[in-house]
Amino acid sequence: MINGKRVLIVIPAWNEEASVGHTVGEVRGELPDVDVLVVDDGSGDRTCEVAREAGAIIARLPYNLGVGGAMRLGYRYGYEHGYDVVIQVDADGQHDPRYVPKLVDALDEADFVIGARFAGEGDYRVRGPRRWAMTVLSAVLSRMAGTRLSDTTSGFRAANRRTVELFARWYPVEYLGDTIEVLVRLLRSRYVVRQVPVTMRPRRAGIPSHSPIKSTLYLARALVILVLSMVRR
Amino acid sequence: MKLTVLTAVTGLVLLLIIFELVRRRQLREKYAVLWGAVGIVVLPLGFFPRLLDTVSHLVGVVSGVSLVLFLGVVFLLLVCVHLSWEVSRLEEETRTLAEDLALLRTEVRNLPPADPAQVLAHEKSQVADDQR
Repeated sequence: MINGKRVLIVIPAWNEEASVGHTVGEVRGELPDVDVLVVDDGSGDRTCEVAREAGAIIARLPYNLGVGGAMRLGYRYGYEHGYDVVIQVDADGQHDPRYVPKLVDALDEADFVIGARFAGEGDYRVRGPRRWAMTVLSAVLSRMAGTRLSDTTSGFRAANRRTVELFARWYPVEYLGDTIEVLVRLLRSRYVVRQVPVTMRPRRAGIPSHSPIKSTLYLARALVILVLSMVRR
Repeated sequence: MKLTVLTAVTGLVLLLIIFELVRRRQLREKYAVLWGAVGIVVLPLGFFPRLLDTVSHLVGVVSGVSLVLFLGVVFLLLVCVHLSWEVSRLEEETRTLAEDLALLRTEVRNLPPADPAQVLAHEKSQVADDQR
């Protein structure tokens, strides 16, 4: 319970045995009154066991679906168990659980809240095509939202009951669909989306990719998803 | 004349393969109908490749064979698009199943441990049902 709301933290994890235990432990230490659901997205390692030992509820997908599939499962679990708020947190330890109450509070005036990296707190830098992609996305989505959304691909996001209900039925499984298309759909359906500035920490395991080919591909895919989500019914 | 033999045999073999697949229940009815219709169109053309010459002259194609080739390519493209659509739908369906399975496994794991006396009673009633 946070401010009288039942809160579920959903952590999608794919081969994250190195960090998921610490992340779950930290969330439970910081927020003893929330439930933690780790969605094991078809991992081949000990992610599931590590998360269970750390005290999380486990949902194990039989094969890898990607973040979108793992998250719809999380939202379905949250919806069926009557949670008021579902919050996505990355397994790699980037997201500081101390910001969770801030996100929950922000849901008083919004249906969906993004914990954003560029919004003043902390320092986080990217360059090249990946940065261009983020700039374009931020410009387009901010315009649609009527408020500044600076970090549209952040994996630190909170949904209220109304949004959870939508996501339990509909949540795209495609790469980047879970971040971009979700926002476009929410904004087109007149849901209120806001952002809260957060500090991100370096991940505990795994390295971010800096290959120029990959980031160009990222830009292209982001634009395709953006355009598609604008015209899709 | 040689060409006619080739096309006629191809058409016949095609129709036989479709028929056999349907007979063994390897093709869903909707595909069986589609491919059956294709076979029935292709077969007479196999025996008389010049059959379409008049039609092709009407639409400005010199040879009926060219028209058949053109229509064939268009048809195959449509089939490919249709199959992509089917695969997308199937992926969505398997995704939902995978999620359902994961949810159920979580629920089962979190069920309170069963009371042994109740389990025994339940099993007995099952046996009784089976014997009836």
